[in-house]
Amino acid sequence: MTAELAIQTRDLTRRFGTLTAVDHINLSVPRASIYGFLGPNGCGKSTAIRMLCGLLTPSEGGADVLGIDVLKEPELLKRRIGYMTQRFSLYDDLTVLENLRFMGDVYELGRRTRDARIDEIMRRFGLDDLTGQLAGTMSGGQRQRLALSAVTLHEPDLLFLDEPTSAVDPESRREFWEFLFDLVDQGTTILVSTHFMDEAERCHALAILDNGALVAQGSPLQMKQNLSAHVIEVETEHSRVVRAELLSLPCVIDVAQLGARLHVLVDPLVVSPIDVLTEKMREKALAAEMRKISPNLEDVFVMATHGLVPK
Amino acid sequence: MMFSLSRVLAIATKEITHLRRDRLTGGMIAGIPIVMTILFGYAINNDVRNLSAAVVDEANTSASRALVMAVRASQVVDEMRTAKSPWELEQLIASGQVSIGIYIPQDFEQRLAQGRLPVAQLLVDDSDPIILGAVKGLASFPLETLSRQVVSRAPPSQTFELRALFNPERRSAVFIVPGLCGVILTLTMVLFTSIAIVRERERGNLELLITTPVTSFELMVGKLLPYIVIGYIQVSLILLLGVMLFDMPVRGSLLDFYLGVGIFVPSVLTLGLIISTIAKTQFQAFQLTFMTFLPQLLLSGFMFPFEGMPKGVQYFAEMFPLTHYLRIVRGIVIKDTPIAALVPEMWPLLVFFLVGLIFATLRFSKRLD
Repeated sequence: MTAELAIQTRDLTRRFGTLTAVDHINLSVPRASIYGFLGPNGCGKSTAIRMLCGLLTPSEGGADVLGIDVLKEPELLKRRIGYMTQRFSLYDDLTVLENLRFMGDVYELGRRTRDARIDEIMRRFGLDDLTGQLAGTMSGGQRQRLALSAVTLHEPDLLFLDEPTSAVDPESRREFWEFLFDLVDQGTTILVSTHFMDEAERCHALAILDNGALVAQGSPLQMKQNLSAHVIEVETEHSRVVRAELLSLPCVIDVAQLGARLHVLVDPLVVSPIDVLTEKMREKALAAEMRKISPNLEDVFVMATHGLVPK
Repeated sequence: MMFSLSRVLAIATKEITHLRRDRLTGGMIAGIPIVMTILFGYAINNDVRNLSAAVVDEANTSASRALVMAVRASQVVDEMRTAKSPWELEQLIASGQVSIGIYIPQDFEQRLAQGRLPVAQLLVDDSDPIILGAVKGLASFPLETLSRQVVSRAPPSQTFELRALFNPERRSAVFIVPGLCGVILTLTMVLFTSIAIVRERERGNLELLITTPVTSFELMVGKLLPYIVIGYIQVSLILLLGVMLFDMPVRGSLLDFYLGVGIFVPSVLTLGLIISTIAKTQFQAFQLTFMTFLPQLLLSGFMFPFEGMPKGVQYFAEMFPLTHYLRIVRGIVIKDTPIAALVPEMWPLLVFFLVGLIFATLRFSKRLD
């Protein structure tokens, strides 16, 4: 088995009628790492994950997952992966323990291994006090931990997590990511989809998806360093007016407001961006302070979805 | 209080859009009345004709043969086979091969000459009360068709002595309760399994389930098994109530009875599974369940005698598990039919079960597309 890559896709494409949900995606996901799918809702993250799990048939192209062709042997693959769906998909009317036992039996762990794994995982995920609790009555964070326990019970080589933290508070999110890094440490590969920048930042590598297409790929650090656009921070009292004025400049790609500050992305072809912006402010008699700062991941995301990041 | 017609119309329009999108439900709005009306209007017929009969003619004279011919000409009886003894006649009725037995004794000619009525005997499978009613007409069959001079001497009375074999007191519980076992099981079993897959889909459990190594076949069998046990519980309750409240006699062996249940229940459960793989919502599953339940209720022989229906409908009704099970359960409970004689009703149930299970397994896809 080719050991290096956990996932490799070849022009993976899926159409629903006239809509192309996933458009010729080529991915390479190394083993024992966390790979992020970053993109807005409806960009094709879930569809791509479903194809990689063997649940949806690609309209075009294909993928090797753990060295298995998802088109030919999806059932072989299913023993070795875990998939945490976006919507909670365990049984609301079963208790924590009953849900976990069910999953353990479905993966044929054998009673003794199953019970040992459940004990271990419930302790690890802090579920040991909730054994008899019905899944339907638990909080978002508890459900999420239960869902992750259920899909990691059989120790899969590859874990797909579809927006796992969207219903969870920041504290639980931090814990959750600690669990993920533990799993990676044990050799598990994780593919996680998210629309949170801070989560994307934690991934070893990222793919930015927009309208079904892969618009950027690489490690978060690399992507930030390679970003060619100028990032200017503007401090002003008239932020709404200044924002509108700046956006009217053809060289300004995007302006995001962060409280009293504006975060401005300027075309890389402009030689001295601060001069251009200052000139505009003087013209309109607006007071503003400017300085150049280093780009963050959101800047990369904005540039990529504008088609301005070379793939 | 405000009443806005435009809001009402907005809701009404939305409902129609829902129905239009939900093609199965939309189709059933027209489909149910059309199919049911045609089917039942055509098939349900209380004028029982074309019953099958067997005759033992120990007299074997021209007059006795004329009587047999005359009965046949009445159209109530269609097929007529001959049997060797009254005992064989009863066996044929118990095993459900014929509904009527005609016994003409050796002294038939004498009785006729002396005007001693009745001159012969009619044995009736009264496990179906409507058949009994139809045959009653035959019993007072006018003798003038046989010989004019006899009629002139004899008082107008019964030609045949009528012998109801199984329920001479005509207590309706004896007819109804065994059949109810089948009808109730058909409804409850199909309802249970028809939502089995749909519920997983509606509650969002399916996506996780199909990502696991579970195979379609394992899923189907796993969904069936618990309900077989539940079926046994239900049927035992019905039987217990029948015996305790209605004093229903159980003439055959209880072991045979439970064996029949064991063959019948899996076959109706697979019907539910098939529905479950077709329906997209629980509502659709309920509709399909009733869509399959009504014809079974009306055409299986539970409400109306099977023999009374046109041949085409009879062939159609042979597809229903309930049709076969009614013969099995009535045979065992009312007529003490030996189990070996019921094999022709058992294998269709097995075939239905196997074909249904394979169909449901193949229809259920572990993919979302």
